[in-house]
Order: sequence, then structure tokens, then C-alpha cells
Amino acid sequence: MAPPGDCAVEIDALVKRYGGVAAVDGLSLRAGRGEVTALLGPNGAGKTTAIEICEGFRRADGGTVRVLGLDPAADARALKPRVGVMPQSGGVPGTAKAGEFLKLVASFHAAPLDTGALLERLGLTEHARTAFRRLSGGQQQRLSLAVAIVGRPELVFLDEPTTGLDPQARHATWELVAELRAAGVSVVLTTHYMEEAERLADRVVIVDHGRVVAEGSPAELTGAERQLRFRARPGLGLDELLTALPAGSAAKESPAGHYLVEGDVRPELLATVTAWCASNGVLAEDLRIERRTLEDVFLELTGRELRA
Amino acid sequence: MTATTTPPLDLAPAPGAVPLPRMIAAQTGYEVRGLLRNGEQLLLTLIIPVVLLTLFSATSLLDLPGRRVDFLAPGVLALAVMSTAFTGQAIGTGFERRYGVLKRLGATPLPRAGLIAAKTLTVVLVEALQAVVIGGVALALGWHPHGDPLSVLVLLLLGTAAFSGFGLLMAGTLRAEATLAAANLVYILLLAVGGVVFPLDKFPGGVRSALELLPISALADGLRQVLQHGASLPGKPLLVLAVWAVAGLALAARFFRWE
Repeated sequence: MAPPGDCAVEIDALVKRYGGVAAVDGLSLRAGRGEVTALLGPNGAGKTTAIEICEGFRRADGGTVRVLGLDPAADARALKPRVGVMPQSGGVPGTAKAGEFLKLVASFHAAPLDTGALLERLGLTEHARTAFRRLSGGQQQRLSLAVAIVGRPELVFLDEPTTGLDPQARHATWELVAELRAAGVSVVLTTHYMEEAERLADRVVIVDHGRVVAEGSPAELTGAERQLRFRARPGLGLDELLTALPAGSAAKESPAGHYLVEGDVRPELLATVTAWCASNGVLAEDLRIERRTLEDVFLELTGRELRA
Repeated sequence: MTATTTPPLDLAPAPGAVPLPRMIAAQTGYEVRGLLRNGEQLLLTLIIPVVLLTLFSATSLLDLPGRRVDFLAPGVLALAVMSTAFTGQAIGTGFERRYGVLKRLGATPLPRAGLIAAKTLTVVLVEALQAVVIGGVALALGWHPHGDPLSVLVLLLLGTAAFSGFGLLMAGTLRAEATLAAANLVYILLLAVGGVVFPLDKFPGGVRSALELLPISALADGLRQVLQHGASLPGKPLLVLAVWAVAGLALAARFFRWE
């Protein structure tokens, strides 16, 4: 965790209630300067509310927030030129031409990016004269990203930057985020996509019910633990395998025909499993040893039930 | 997407805002261009006033006191102020609020006061354009304006302040669709009963006294007293407009919600 004072964003025991319900409930986190920090969480976890308080759009009911060492509400005037914001949706007049709105926001800044080059970079050159409402969802998202970074900010907040993008646009966005990081820009983003967090983030903060439930680098979160998976005919009795495996191992069939062995995955364990397969006359297909994914961690922490 | 072949962007942080007047000028230019491109806005701000002026000046469809164009031109100028400062501003700002544009601009270095200043400047610039067009058409129709320009200017500014206050109040409190409906309804009602083209003395005495307290009647009547009859700083219309202006701007400042 970044030391205090050297943070792009520092949130301490943040609380925000709507009606009687706490959307953010004692959330604390630090986003280091020059790092990409991903807030990962199910819908309604409080990610957007927390970000909007950092952006100065909402007031906290409790706790403290410092952005680049400043108070987002009291020091708004000083912060605005230094912080880029990409909201979850909208924010551009429907009738405005894409390029024109980008130029307007660029004109507020002292040393903005070249809007033509930025549009080209995001594949929007031929849509520069298209009204915002006539752009596809993905094009609107990309324009919104362009607006967030055109002022060459030190810190950008990206609220679900790739939701609704096709794979090409998603990869282009990821490349741009990686470049922002390489150029020394701090990035705080929210996402539902594990792959996005895993690829982009230096730090992942998993948020649920308005609190941080886990944080760390993707490698720290997924841990060193490995697991072994294979496919075979459904309904194999696992008791015999379990007795043969070293203590502390676990084996299960879920869903039918897909087997998972967890524990200290060493060559001996692999040999035990294949020997058991052989004694059962089973050819294990798609046998592989893998690390836990961020998705495994996420579902473990936030549960599998569907959220509104 | 050709991300790999395009030149690299220098993304290294270089934050900083330009001075406030430059931001306001940029925002104003952007808003004026948007308005002039918007067909519905032009219908409201220019076409309807010019059609009413021409139609009722050139025909005897209405029984008007004095020379028809001398009666109509001040009323149509008042209508132009209402269409831009109230109707157009309420609808435009209402939808900007609905689509998160106000919020998004709030994340840029342009402060809220700067945005309000730009919107006010935009209204004033569009009104100047309206005055030129309407005045030109009226002169072509034989209009003979009287009175001092200062009185006209004060009336127009107070009227603009009053209508802007209530336009922003509506935009900042109602849903965008409700604002669209209500702003158009108010426009038509006030056009009908505000002494714009239909003289108020056609109404019964009690009703007439009440209608004279409307901002549109005060503006139309005040402009007529100056431009048609040569009065200077007409007291009652100025007082009525001042009360509406203070009330509208105070309510808007108190109740306007940005998102």
C-alpha cells in the first residue's frame, strides 16, 4: 500500500447514505500515484458512489477523502484542471458534434492534447462531425474517454470505461490506459470485468456492500495456490481419490463431468490423480494445472447470488 | 481501429486551466453555434416572431390601436426576449441536466458561475440578433420607433433577467419532459394573454389588471410606452419586471439542482 501523502486518492472510513441505506459503508482505500487502481465489485457495491465523492459530485456523510492531497469539495477549483473524469454514461449534449464537444473541453485547458490526434487514436476521426446521440454506444464511450484525458490530467477516474465496447475497442482502451500509466498518470477505474482488472491494475480493490472485502495486486489476490482440473465421465466416486491425496487436499465434481482438485499441487499429486484415473479406466481430458483466477477470488468473496 | 499505426500521444501530465474569461468565451461560442444550428430553436426565436409581425402588420386581421406595425413591433420584441431567455433556455438547460451535461461540465475547469455567465451571454447575443432581424423587418414594414434607447435597453435587460430566472428555475427543478411541455405551454399562454399581439384592453377590466402584472405584459407594455409613445423609463412596467426578476433569480439560485 502506498504511504500516506504519496497517494493519488486516499479514502478513509467513507460513509454515504441514500435514505436510510448506506451505499458506502466505512470504505477505506489508497490509490498510489502513477498506478492503475481497479475497483472491482458487483452492481450496487458502492463503486460509483465512492468515485463520485472523489470527483466532487457528491458529499460524504462521514469519513475523509483526499484527492492529490486535496479535499474534492473545498479544493474543487484547484483540482478540476488536474483530474479527468469519465462518467458511466452520457454527459455530452445529444445534439453536439463529437469533435466539437471535445474541442470545447480542450479549450478550457492550458496544454491540451491535440484533439485530432486523440480522435484518430480512438478511431473516431470519421465521426468527428456526427451528433453525439447518433454515435453507437461504444463510440460514445470512447468519446467520453477522450474528453476525460484531453486536458492532460495527473489523475483520471474512469467509471466502467469498457462496458458495452466490442473487443477491438476494449483492447484499444486498455492500450490507452497502459500508456497513461507509462506516462505517469494515476488511473482509478471501476469495472465488472475480471480480465480488465487482472490485465491493467497494479492494485485491485474488491468492494462489496460499500466496503473493501479484499485488496492487493492481482497476483497477491489470486495467491500462489494452484488447482488441477480435468474432464471425465460424470459420477466417478471420489472417496478413493480423496484417501489417496495428501491431507489438506480437496476434490469435487462441479458441474457434472468437470473435476477440480485443490491443495498443494505438486508432481506427486498429479501422479496420484492420474493413477486413480487409470485404475478407474478413465482418460482425463483437458487436464490442466492453473492458478486461481481473479474471478474465482471475486465469486468466493462476493457470493454467487445475482445482484439487482 | 488502427491504434498501432497512429502517432504516439504525449500523455504526460500537463494540467492547467486557461483564465476564466477565455473559458466563458469558449463556452459562449459553443452555445451560440449550437442554438443557431438548432431548427426548433430558430423557429421559436426568429421565425414565429417575424411571421406574427409580418402577418398582423400587413393584414387587418387584428383591430389594433394606432398604426399596426408600431403596436406590433414592441410586442414582438418582448416575445423574442421570452422565447430566448425563458422557453429556449428552460428546454435547453433542462435536457442538459437530464443528460448529465451539466454534471460533466462540472468536472471540467469551467466553474458553475462561468457556465451561468456563458449562458447569460448566449441569451444576450441571440437577443441582439433577434432585435436586428425583427427591427429590420419592422422598419421595412414602415415602423417608426420613438423614445430613448436607454429605456429600451433597461426594459430588455430586466425582462431577460426575469425570464431567465424562471426558465432556469423550471430547468433545474422539473423533469426535462415536463419542462419541455410546461415551457411551451407558458409561451403560448403568455403569447395569447400577455399583450404581445392581442391588445389587453380587449379583456374585461378586472382580468386586464391581473394580466398587466405578467412579466410579458409588463415588457410589451413598457416597450410600447417607449417605442410607440416616446415615454422614458416607464415606472410601472419597470417595477413589475424588477419584482419578477428578483423573485425568479432568487428562486432559481435556491432551488436549481445540477443533476
